[in-house]
Amino acid sequence: MSLARVLVPVKRTVDYAVKIRVKPDNTGVETKNVKMSTNPFDEIAVEEAVKLKEKGLVKEVVAVTIGPKDAAEILRKLMAVGVDRSIHIETDEDLQPLAVAKVLKKVVEKENSDLVLLGKQAIDDDSCQTGQLLGGLLNWPQASFASEVNVEGGKAIVKREIDGGLETVSVQLPAVISADLRLNTPRYAKLKDIMAARKMTIDTSSLADWGVDTTPRFDVVSVQDPPTRAGGVKVESVQELVQKLKNDGVL
Amino acid sequence: MFAVRSLGFTKAIGKRFASQAVTRNPNFAQVNDADVAFFTSVLGEKGVLTEAHDIEPYNADWLNKFVGQTKLVLKPTNTKEVSEILKYCNERKLAVCPQGGNTGLVGGSVPVFDEIVLNLSKMNKIKDFNATSGVVIAETGVILQNLDEFLKEHGHCAPLDLGAKGSCHVGGNTSTNAGGIRLLRYGSLHGNVLGVEAVMADGTILDGLCALRKDNTGFDLKQLFIGSEGTLGVVTAVAWLCPPLSSSVNVALLGTSSYELAQKILLKAKSELGEILSAFEFFDSHCMDLLLEDHKTKKNPLEDDCKFYVLIETSGSNETHDKEKLNNFLESTLDQGLVSTGTVAESETQQKDIWWFRETITESLRSKGKPYKYDISLPVPAMYDLVEKMKQRFSEMPEVFVCGYGHMGDGNLHLNIVAPEFSDKVLNTIEPYVYEFTAEHRGSISAEHGIGLMKTKSLHFSKSEPMIQLMRDIKKVMDPNGILNPYKVLPEKE
Repeated sequence: MSLARVLVPVKRTVDYAVKIRVKPDNTGVETKNVKMSTNPFDEIAVEEAVKLKEKGLVKEVVAVTIGPKDAAEILRKLMAVGVDRSIHIETDEDLQPLAVAKVLKKVVEKENSDLVLLGKQAIDDDSCQTGQLLGGLLNWPQASFASEVNVEGGKAIVKREIDGGLETVSVQLPAVISADLRLNTPRYAKLKDIMAARKMTIDTSSLADWGVDTTPRFDVVSVQDPPTRAGGVKVESVQELVQKLKNDGVL
Repeated sequence: MFAVRSLGFTKAIGKRFASQAVTRNPNFAQVNDADVAFFTSVLGEKGVLTEAHDIEPYNADWLNKFVGQTKLVLKPTNTKEVSEILKYCNERKLAVCPQGGNTGLVGGSVPVFDEIVLNLSKMNKIKDFNATSGVVIAETGVILQNLDEFLKEHGHCAPLDLGAKGSCHVGGNTSTNAGGIRLLRYGSLHGNVLGVEAVMADGTILDGLCALRKDNTGFDLKQLFIGSEGTLGVVTAVAWLCPPLSSSVNVALLGTSSYELAQKILLKAKSELGEILSAFEFFDSHCMDLLLEDHKTKKNPLEDDCKFYVLIETSGSNETHDKEKLNNFLESTLDQGLVSTGTVAESETQQKDIWWFRETITESLRSKGKPYKYDISLPVPAMYDLVEKMKQRFSEMPEVFVCGYGHMGDGNLHLNIVAPEFSDKVLNTIEPYVYEFTAEHRGSISAEHGIGLMKTKSLHFSKSEPMIQLMRDIKKVMDPNGILNPYKVLPEKE
């Protein structure tokens, strides 16, 4: 018995290959005139969802993004690799993970999704919270940092990447699964699919339409570059080394 | 890994290169202890290498095909030191082999016999950059990739790009008039080099480091140093005109079933993508097979194997405008049946990955066996004919691998034949046929790789005798003792 719908929330972030710059006023990261792409972990989630569809385990893959007008671009690219339908919730607001999770909960309810597959974290803020918060709000089980996903008999068997190695969990569906780097390698879109995706419609709505309280729950006080690495120093003797360690308060 | 050569100085080098046999010029002196003492007084001990294991890497080229026998490597840190070294060598009649990143493919960057290697890696400072004019002034040993990264921080980029960028030097690029994948868009170094500082054979420093777009004051002397492969002077600093960085870059990889169709795609790209086209490269199915064989974790970005792959890159200042142009172009190539399959990079990571396929072919050729590399300019319609003819010539030798790839947009073919071992049989099957074919089509036997040691005897296929004689006359004026990179570029007079 195959699942009806997989929902894949995706985020438009600064392209992974671009060097991130902190804004001069330290309020955040520079995004003006910077190349934007789909969050790489979300691309991996889409790839996994499409693979499940190809295995006959899922009937329809739906992608959703919450972002500005330009975010529609990533939905078109994802429709070229196998996403069947996409939803664009337009807003210029920068939403925090809890707000995103609340909106996604409404989308899940409207879509009647059987499974949510998303990237473990976005590479612009590295919050790594949305998936877990969503699981909590929906009261669904969750399997995060997935490096392997199998679906059978109403359950998802997921190999998780954890500090000590790999952990295999079994979760009852419906569930939230977050994708980690080694889950798969996203495919290239075929030219004819890219052309076809240009003509597909995207279900667009505004954030206000969803009636969710998106008030921020925390303030970002400042964003800074990590301290520049100081050069190493060669010492001539063990005594000098010990003295330096003492002077630096290490010993 | 490097072969240790113990040939006497009067023997020919390596039996495998019968056509390159040269004899050591008896007019050159041999390095002695007094010489080493002098160089040490100029450069300090750190700048003078005499131990065999220290010298080894400087004696062999990247392909490990050309191996010299130097006993001395010098590493100056500034132009004045280069001048003192050359003045001394000229007086002593000691031959010198200038060396940059040592990534050349025609044996031009390593000694043939005991020429002193003058390695310029330590002269690696970027001296100045003017963002308004886009002119950068750099010492000769700046690595191209480092220059490019520096320029990117300042909204510009290097005017050329090639696979060796992680190791090659701007001085070497200039001395060899390096080409690369962006020539189609930014033109050659003959146009982008605005000034050169060089040291002549007798130690005279020629400061031609002008940063001006326009300067018509007498003969354009810098052109003598661009492409003469270190035989007329040692380049110690350059002024390059660098283009602004494009904010919108797109990369597409297309697959097609014939070279005819690939040419139609090229024509269409030039007319429909016009000013945003920044690269048009091709490679054949043999190259793709080679890459996938050599890198087992990689997969063909296209879902089908194709006979020809075309890589198109666009660079412009307006993402929306460029994407629309590119999408319209791609849609019509599909509709017109010019392309059987293709893909467009979705992110910078995918862009780099697609370029990886084109740029790694050279490395994989080296891993496969002993490569014979030919870099030929031909009229675009004739380019792949040469590859087909070469495949036919080796039809009785299935252990030999033949493939073709290159800068299709510039009519520059990289024909590669890889054999399990270097051998005269293989060499004679390739040469002189490959040069005769080229001459018949009025092509160039060396589009961008230069002559080095490898092609001196074939120079006549592309340059007439009066032209070669004029080159010899100029060499005589600039380097009367012939100490700069001897045995290279110009053939010995019969």
